[in-house]
Amino acid sequence: MYAYDEIDRTLVNERVSEFRDQVKRRLSGELTEDEFKMLRLQNGVYLQLHAYMFRVAIPYGTLASNQLRALAHVARKYDRGYGHFTTRQNIQFNWIKLSDLPDALADLAEVGIHAMQTSGNNMRNVTSDQWAGVAPGEIEDPRIWSELIRQHTTLHPEFSFLPRKFKIAITASDHDRAAIKVHDIGLRLIKNEKGETGFEVLVGGGLGRTPFIGKTIKHFVHGRDLLSYIEAILRVYNQYGRRDNIYKARIKILVHELGIEKFSREVEDEWQHIRNSSLQIDDEVIEDIRSRFIYPAYEKLPHMPDELRQAAADPDFEAWRKNSVAAHKNPGYSIVTISLKPIGAPPGDATAEQMDALADLADKYSFGEIRVGHEQNLALPHVAKRDLPALWKALDKLGLATPNVNLITDIIACPGLDYCSLANARSIPIAQELTRRFANHELANLIGRLHINISGCINACGHHHVGHIGILGVEKNGEEVYQITIGGRADEGAALGNLIGPGVKFDEVADVVEDIVEAYLALRERPEELFIDTVKRLGVEPFKERVYATR
Amino acid sequence: MTSPLQQKLKITGPSVVTANRTWDGVVVYRTAARGWSVELTDAAIVRNSDDAKALLAEAVADDVGAIGPYIAPVQVDEAGKILPGNLREQIRRDGVTIGLPV
Repeated sequence: MYAYDEIDRTLVNERVSEFRDQVKRRLSGELTEDEFKMLRLQNGVYLQLHAYMFRVAIPYGTLASNQLRALAHVARKYDRGYGHFTTRQNIQFNWIKLSDLPDALADLAEVGIHAMQTSGNNMRNVTSDQWAGVAPGEIEDPRIWSELIRQHTTLHPEFSFLPRKFKIAITASDHDRAAIKVHDIGLRLIKNEKGETGFEVLVGGGLGRTPFIGKTIKHFVHGRDLLSYIEAILRVYNQYGRRDNIYKARIKILVHELGIEKFSREVEDEWQHIRNSSLQIDDEVIEDIRSRFIYPAYEKLPHMPDELRQAAADPDFEAWRKNSVAAHKNPGYSIVTISLKPIGAPPGDATAEQMDALADLADKYSFGEIRVGHEQNLALPHVAKRDLPALWKALDKLGLATPNVNLITDIIACPGLDYCSLANARSIPIAQELTRRFANHELANLIGRLHINISGCINACGHHHVGHIGILGVEKNGEEVYQITIGGRADEGAALGNLIGPGVKFDEVADVVEDIVEAYLALRERPEELFIDTVKRLGVEPFKERVYATR
Repeated sequence: MTSPLQQKLKITGPSVVTANRTWDGVVVYRTAARGWSVELTDAAIVRNSDDAKALLAEAVADDVGAIGPYIAPVQVDEAGKILPGNLREQIRRDGVTIGLPV
C-alpha cells in the first residue's frame, strides 16, 4: 500500500472544498452549465442518461480495505447500493446527485481517495498491473513509477488542458496485464546491461473510433529521465495535437499522421532541452516514494500446507483454485483473482455489502489490500496458501467465487445504452445472455482462455477491438446492430480484431458467438491451442463461413 | 461544441424537449407551462421545426433547472398517450433494461 503524506492529504482536502464551492455556485445559478462542465469533469462527474455519474480513481489499482469500505459507504449512502469497476482501474457510481457530490468526495478524502484524473482533457489515472509487487518474475514494482508520474502530473497546469484525454499504463512483467500497447503512452519497465532501471516507451496506442497499437518510440529511457521524456512527448502533443477536431485530437492520430520517425525526432529535440533540468529524478525521490509503499511482513510458510492438500478433495474448491489462484513471488502465498462476473450479472458490478465483506476478507487474509484489474475483476494479492480454503468458502457465500477468470464468461463490457449518454446500443444484456449460454463451467474450461469484449458505441470503452471476440454495438435505422470481430488481443502480443462480416441483431449475437466457438472447437489442432491462436493460424474465413452460412 | 440552438432541427414527427434536472440529474421533460416534469406524459408536444426551436430555446434559458436539453422523438397513441420514440428515450423514461445488483 502507498501511504499518503501531508501534501497529498492537503491537496485532496483542498480539492473537496473547492468543488463544494463550485457546486454551490452552480446550484444557485452563479455558474452556468457551460462554465461548470469542465469543473465537474475535472472532479470525475459526468452526466449520463439517468443521472450524474461519479468516477473515482484507484491509482494503479491498489486499494486498502478502509478505502474499499469508503467506496461501499458512498454506494450505500449516496447511490443505489452498488458500484461499477471500469476497464481503467476506476469505480463508477451511476445514480449520484450533484448536490450530494461534495459530501461524497469529502467522505472519500478521509481515506485518501479522490476523483482527480478520472475525466477531462488531462492526464488520466495512471494504470498498472494489478499483480504489481507480487507477480513472480516481475523486474520491480511498477507502482513506484506510477506514483511518481501521478504526483508529477496531478493538476500540473501543462497537462490539464491537453487536446484530449491522455492515458499512461505501466507493466514490469513479461506478460502484460496492463494493456500498455493500447495506451497513449505505454511503459515497459526493463533493466539495461548495467542493471539500471529504465523503460521501453511506446506511444500512440489507443482504441476508440480509430484504433492503433502503440509503437516503440525509444527502447530504453533511464528511470531518472522518465519524467522529462514523458514531458517531452506531452509537449510535442500539446503543440501539434489537433484541437480543432475532437475525432483527431488523440496523440495516436498525431503519431500516425507525422509517422513514428518524425514524431520521435520532435520528441528527441524537445527532450534535449529539458532532460538535464529539474525534471531529472534523483535516487532520493524514488527511494522516498518506495519507502511509502508498505509491503506485508510475509511469514515463511509451506508451499503445500495441509489445509490446501485436504481441500483438494473438494472438486468445487479445486475448480476455483485452478482458475482463480495464481502463483505469488513468495511460495507460501497466492494471488487470488475475484471474479466480478457471476453468471447473468452485469460485468464489473459489486454491491456495497460485497465491498464491505471483501474489505473484511482482505483484512483477514490479504494484509488489508485489494487490487483492481482492467478486466473489471478484483484481486487479493497476499493470501497465504493455508487460508485459501477458508477464503473460498467466504467468497462463495458472497457470490464472488465464480471460477471463470479468463474464460468465455469473464466478459469485459462497457455500461452501454443502459447507462451511457454516448452509447448507441446495449452492452450489459448481451454480456448477461452470453454468460448464460456458456454458464457450464466444464464447457467454459473446454473452450479455454477466450476474452469477449463488448462496447456499446465506437468510443470502445469495452475495448472490443482487442477482444479475442469483439462485439461493437451500433445503431442502424433505429435498431441495435452488433459488429463482430475476432483475433484481437490486449496483452504483449496486442492486435486489433478483424470484422467477420455484416452486423447482426441484438437477439442474434449470442447465437453468432456460439457458432464462432463451435467452429473453433472443430478447427483447433489440439485442446491446448487457444482460440486466439486458431484465429491467428486460420484467419477470419472459416469462422465467417460458419457464422454466415445459414444467415 | 455546437449549441443546441445552432443545430439544424429536423422534426419528422411529434417531439418533446427533454433534459436532466440540474441538482440530481433526473430525466425531465419540458412542459407547456414553462416548467419541467419527470413524467413524459406531461411533456409539451411539438410537431414542426419552428415550435421545436422555440420550446428548446425556452428550455436552454432555464439553465438552473435542467441541463443538456434536446429534442427527442415521441409517439402519440390513439388515446393521446405520449410514448418514447426510440430505445434510448425508452431507457431514459423506464430505467435500465437489466436488473440492478441490489
